[in-house]
Amino acid sequence: MNVHHHSYDAVIVGAGGAGLRAAIETAGKCRTAVITKLYPTRSHTGAAQGGMCAALANVEEDSWEWHLFDTIKGGDYLVDQPAAEVMCREAIDAVIELEHFGLPFNRTPEGKIDQRRFGGHTRNHGEAPVMRACYSADRTGHMILQTLFQQCVARDVNFFNEYQVLDIAFEDGRVAGVIAYEQATGDLHVFNTKAVLFATGGFGKMFQVSSNAHTLTGDGPGLLYRRGIPMQDMEFFQFHPTGIYKLGILLSEAARGEGGILRNDSNERFMERYAPTVKDLAPRDMVARAIQTEILEGRGIGENKDAVYLDLTHLPPEQIDAKLPDITEFVRTYLGIEPKTAPIPIQPTAHYAMGGIPTNIDGECISDDQGTVIPGLYAAGECACVSVHGANRLGTNSLLDIVVFGKRGGRAMADFVQSTDLPALSKGVEADVAARIERLKANSGKEKAGALRITLQEEMTKKAFVFRTDESLASALGTIRDLQAAYESVGIDDKGDIFNYDLTEALELSYLFDLAEATIVSAQARTESRGAHFRNDHPTRDDANWMKHTLARRGADGSVSLSYKPVVGGAYEPMERKY
Amino acid sequence: MAKVQVELKVKRYNPETDKKPHWQEFTVEVEDTDRVLDALHVAKWTQDGTLTFRRSCAHGVCGSDAMVLNGANRLACLEIIKDVGTKITLEPIRGLPVIKDLVVDMEPFFAQYRSVLPYLINTSDPGYTERYQSAEDRARFDDTTKCILCAACTTSCPIYWGNSQYVGPAAIVNAHRFIFDSRDQATEQRLDILNQRSGVWKCRTAFNCSEACPRGIKVTQAIEEVKRAILYDRV
Repeated sequence: MNVHHHSYDAVIVGAGGAGLRAAIETAGKCRTAVITKLYPTRSHTGAAQGGMCAALANVEEDSWEWHLFDTIKGGDYLVDQPAAEVMCREAIDAVIELEHFGLPFNRTPEGKIDQRRFGGHTRNHGEAPVMRACYSADRTGHMILQTLFQQCVARDVNFFNEYQVLDIAFEDGRVAGVIAYEQATGDLHVFNTKAVLFATGGFGKMFQVSSNAHTLTGDGPGLLYRRGIPMQDMEFFQFHPTGIYKLGILLSEAARGEGGILRNDSNERFMERYAPTVKDLAPRDMVARAIQTEILEGRGIGENKDAVYLDLTHLPPEQIDAKLPDITEFVRTYLGIEPKTAPIPIQPTAHYAMGGIPTNIDGECISDDQGTVIPGLYAAGECACVSVHGANRLGTNSLLDIVVFGKRGGRAMADFVQSTDLPALSKGVEADVAARIERLKANSGKEKAGALRITLQEEMTKKAFVFRTDESLASALGTIRDLQAAYESVGIDDKGDIFNYDLTEALELSYLFDLAEATIVSAQARTESRGAHFRNDHPTRDDANWMKHTLARRGADGSVSLSYKPVVGGAYEPMERKY
Repeated sequence: MAKVQVELKVKRYNPETDKKPHWQEFTVEVEDTDRVLDALHVAKWTQDGTLTFRRSCAHGVCGSDAMVLNGANRLACLEIIKDVGTKITLEPIRGLPVIKDLVVDMEPFFAQYRSVLPYLINTSDPGYTERYQSAEDRARFDDTTKCILCAACTTSCPIYWGNSQYVGPAAIVNAHRFIFDSRDQATEQRLDILNQRSGVWKCRTAFNCSEACPRGIKVTQAIEEVKRAILYDRV
């Protein structure tokens, strides 16, 4: 196996919104390599639809403090309040900066950035929905991804496209390098560097019904977890209420922000029963549970009564065309339904990891409950856990998260590398990656990665989805451990070096197994219901015992151990979550 | 929804073992509501792991899986079996070097994209607020903001097949997106670039690009608007 060596001040892994925003920040400040397994514009930031919230007050009265309150309440009080304050305050500058970068926001009649309603975002601490989401039709994420990529092109950012980072090297407790696999050649590349920022996105492909791209396999968190970095709050995984039936493709909350209504088999607007004030615009965890409850109690629609309707038929057709063109086209393409005249069958879909690599507000990764920083290690975006989303992220706050913390992480990393030398990197740091690749190629192939992945996804969707019990989680854990054992005998058909996706998919699968295991172990331990984590056997929130973040750590022997750290509070005391 | 047998005929080429491309047929069982991409996955995951194609989002927004599907440039994730039928021919997009099976070298495509200055250029200080833009001005370039850089348009263009120096429809679309953005100040520079021999005048309005665009962008119209901007010096 050929091995190439590079040396950079800083490396960014991943080129979605967070990675690109970080790259803009380090450009001109330090020699940076952006290593990405996909061409940057293929990143899943581009699939985000509805908007990015910031209290610009362009359309109606608003304040960043109301945004902060909504974020904390939406996160069911597991949010670290100082971090969320940073995000909501800096949101305003972040949106204006994106506009200056060229982002084509929709405009108000007077030419300002237009704003619309979104789930869980309210005026004056829950009085009524507020127009806070800045948007570009229903392709806001696409516009953010394109705009940030454009700015990287303008800055001549150094991309290593279709290079997949598979391991990290530490020397004396600090980051010293990463090891990447080049898809076009099968060669390994060792990047000696002072600092690394991970921005690899989510890992929603551990679920069968998922809005996530095939490539969202948690490579960054997965490889760090394997190197002893803890994963925070893994039990909190968001299920978006409105995925296209069976396919899980996202239908933006903007559909409800524009006036769409959820209905059950008797055409009832059932959200009136669950959230009398904001109805269909309640936070995602509550809406997803409401839908699952309707289905479980026999009020679902369709042959198997396992879906409900998202009804847009009462909206003016021109509003649908102007504000929701993409998602209505998805419905036409995949369901053969005209959403202007017929309701859309939907079901909750695995969407977003609130948990991930623990970081502080500067994107620095922290290794324990004391806030100890790992020198040179950074993370931002969905793969990170700051924690600004707590137990349930509000809609639009992910796009906000990636630009605010991508920038902060990039800036902190650029500062860090000015003050430190390039660490020496031991010889042979690529040995583990090389061994994994060689083993997969050498295995006779009793087990196939594709079949194991499908088992994992089905199991997670059956047993660790919107509703969980100790029993369901224990059963899922048993299956995952069997799958991990079976993975030892996975073989691949493709033994070649050039674009061997058979190999990289198999490598990705091992990260998904580990992260699924961390998710289940964390979820089984948390004997309460909070945000997206709902336990039928412990259906209430338990602030006395559980106002704390989970840290899941993988031991050298593969065992998972849990520890906890307190939630960082602030002005807002936990209260009952009603909408 | 019904189970169907699909015959996938894929043009394959592995540079490590093949001297030239060859066809291989796969018979897979899928739902008729599945995507062509799903059928490819069944073939790869259950029959032959060496079958190689790019994909990511699987719903037409990332632009990874452009290929020639029954003779036309399409995204495999946007085509439904019951719409395209059960006999499906797949080839790599044309005009870019084939690396392996359906994977082509995208670098020449992105180099052409970069050549048109695809980013907002505005040297005035906007101060602390957003630049204002009327809804009408915003609408001028709305269509071309939809581009996902999948290369379906460029690699459907007969001029591009014959002349890889031509910047191609996608690069022009991305230039158009800024040329007609009232906030941008580099219109002249971009029009100069596109007025060169490799620029818009290579276009012979074959309309293949518009037909190929999975995002429904009126590509030929965008190219015509750029041509008029060059001829009449106005946008």
